[in-house]
Amino acid sequence: MRTSTEKLINYIMLSFFAILVLAPFLWIATIAFKTQIDIMMMKIIFKPTLFNFDKLFFSKEATFFRDIFNSLFVGIISTLIILIICSMASFTMIRTKISNWITAVLFLWVIVFHMLPPITFVGSWFQMANSVGLFNSRVALILAHVTVNLPLGLLIISSFMRDVPTEIQEAAYIDGCSNRQVYLKVMLPLLGPGLFATAVIVFLFSWNDFMVAMNLTAKATQTVPVSIATFSQQYEVRYGEMAAGSLVSLVPALILTFFAQKYIVKGLTAGAVK
Amino acid sequence: MNTKDKSWKILSLTPIIAVLVILTLVPLVNIFYNSFFDIRWDDGKYNYTYIGLENYIELPNNKFYLPGLINTIKLSIFAVFFQMLFGFLIALGISKIKRGKGFFISLFLLPILLPPIVIGSIWRLMYGFDFGIFNYLLSFFGVFPLDWLGSSSLAFTSIVIVDIWHWTPFVVLLLLAGLESLPTDVYEAARVDGTSGWNEIVYITIPLMIPTIIVTMVFRFILSFKVFDEIYLLTQGGPGTSTEVISFSIYETFFESDNMGLGSVMSVVSLFVVSLLIIIVLNVIRRVNKYAN
Repeated sequence: MRTSTEKLINYIMLSFFAILVLAPFLWIATIAFKTQIDIMMMKIIFKPTLFNFDKLFFSKEATFFRDIFNSLFVGIISTLIILIICSMASFTMIRTKISNWITAVLFLWVIVFHMLPPITFVGSWFQMANSVGLFNSRVALILAHVTVNLPLGLLIISSFMRDVPTEIQEAAYIDGCSNRQVYLKVMLPLLGPGLFATAVIVFLFSWNDFMVAMNLTAKATQTVPVSIATFSQQYEVRYGEMAAGSLVSLVPALILTFFAQKYIVKGLTAGAVK
Repeated sequence: MNTKDKSWKILSLTPIIAVLVILTLVPLVNIFYNSFFDIRWDDGKYNYTYIGLENYIELPNNKFYLPGLINTIKLSIFAVFFQMLFGFLIALGISKIKRGKGFFISLFLLPILLPPIVIGSIWRLMYGFDFGIFNYLLSFFGVFPLDWLGSSSLAFTSIVIVDIWHWTPFVVLLLLAGLESLPTDVYEAARVDGTSGWNEIVYITIPLMIPTIIVTMVFRFILSFKVFDEIYLLTQGGPGTSTEVISFSIYETFFESDNMGLGSVMSVVSLFVVSLLIIIVLNVIRRVNKYAN
């Protein structure tokens, strides 16, 4: 990139793609503030209204507050479980002497599972949940989300685990620490940023999940994406509420991207190919 | 290192092994077992009737599964091709700029991090026949409104476009990481020799990036077999079977038609196909990494 023409062309190209990414969001944002009539008339200039949000949250049959609570609850608990399970396992597999085949089998299994279409497992989860009376419970969905997102969690935490210098760990052993103490008092604090990156990504993927949640929940335990999908299914598509619900559901991702962009980039690339 | 701490090792590995065994291995065995049965929901419990290989024999006659499998492969090939193309352009662009890098990266992160169901909603609104933005814009050029999702010739293309939009950013992210880890000394040498910007890309960047490009491509190819949410919201596999994909066939058969036996066969066959592809992919990745080192 030497000449200023090249620089200019480059910025123009990037801006073009940036607009392609951004435009659909702006479009749905305008829809959310339009009345049904303005949506249908394709009005460019319109009087913004909070009507759709009012209906979304406060109409008689509205469930959106509960949906948000369900999503947050399932997302936070499943994320915490993944952080605990994966950080312990990753520490033992990467940083203690353990038979190589255990590590190899576990990683291979996790990577293969990560690539398989989750729908092939959901049927069985549904049956299992039913047979122990957990259908339409948040517990079943939490367990399913733990399973679906476990590969990503393990891969991301492990890539951060490899970056922790071994000298610190060895010093702790010399001081007489057991593996448990090294994990709790040395590794966890040093892994802070890695755990944060993992938490952000895993939480967002749980928050975003539609397919698993739709099949394991009913009205009372449905999450935000399931709720949004129902707006398109009644005999009359409720575009305004669909747009308003969509807009609200973007909030966690927007906040987390704004504050943790660097961690997300590092986490996503670490979790992807290695 | 401390090696004799056996209880810690057992304690720390038990949860992950328990999750993997109970929630991934048992389901695998379960769908394999189910696939030999006709399963009906009666009197509040499942009634299993052993029918041997009948579900397997019936599968090729199923209206949805095979077309869905072919569509899934077609979708993966077309979508990944364009994702790689645009992804490389954007990654290259971002790697060259100094100002606004973080801004562009944040922006291109959005489609990966936002709920796919929202992406489906947005595109459904944009593709709308009567008041979608595309037909609105086309009307200025005197073009008749197109039935983006309802015509069997156009629906598949519409889905491919959404998939490209959704996943190009992911390719950008991986290729950008690759670009930024390229050795700088080669570029300095080229600069001393007076290589032009274009030649630098063609003769240095692309050859050095080939391993990353291949790994990203095969990885994306496999992951695109998961596609479900957008299909569910945009076309439900229709019209006819023009946008049917394997995940949607399995969902329909298992949950909508309550045919758990056949749904399990579909799952078994899909797992078999995808596993074959994964074996190929992992081999490719291993070879590429060997070559790269």
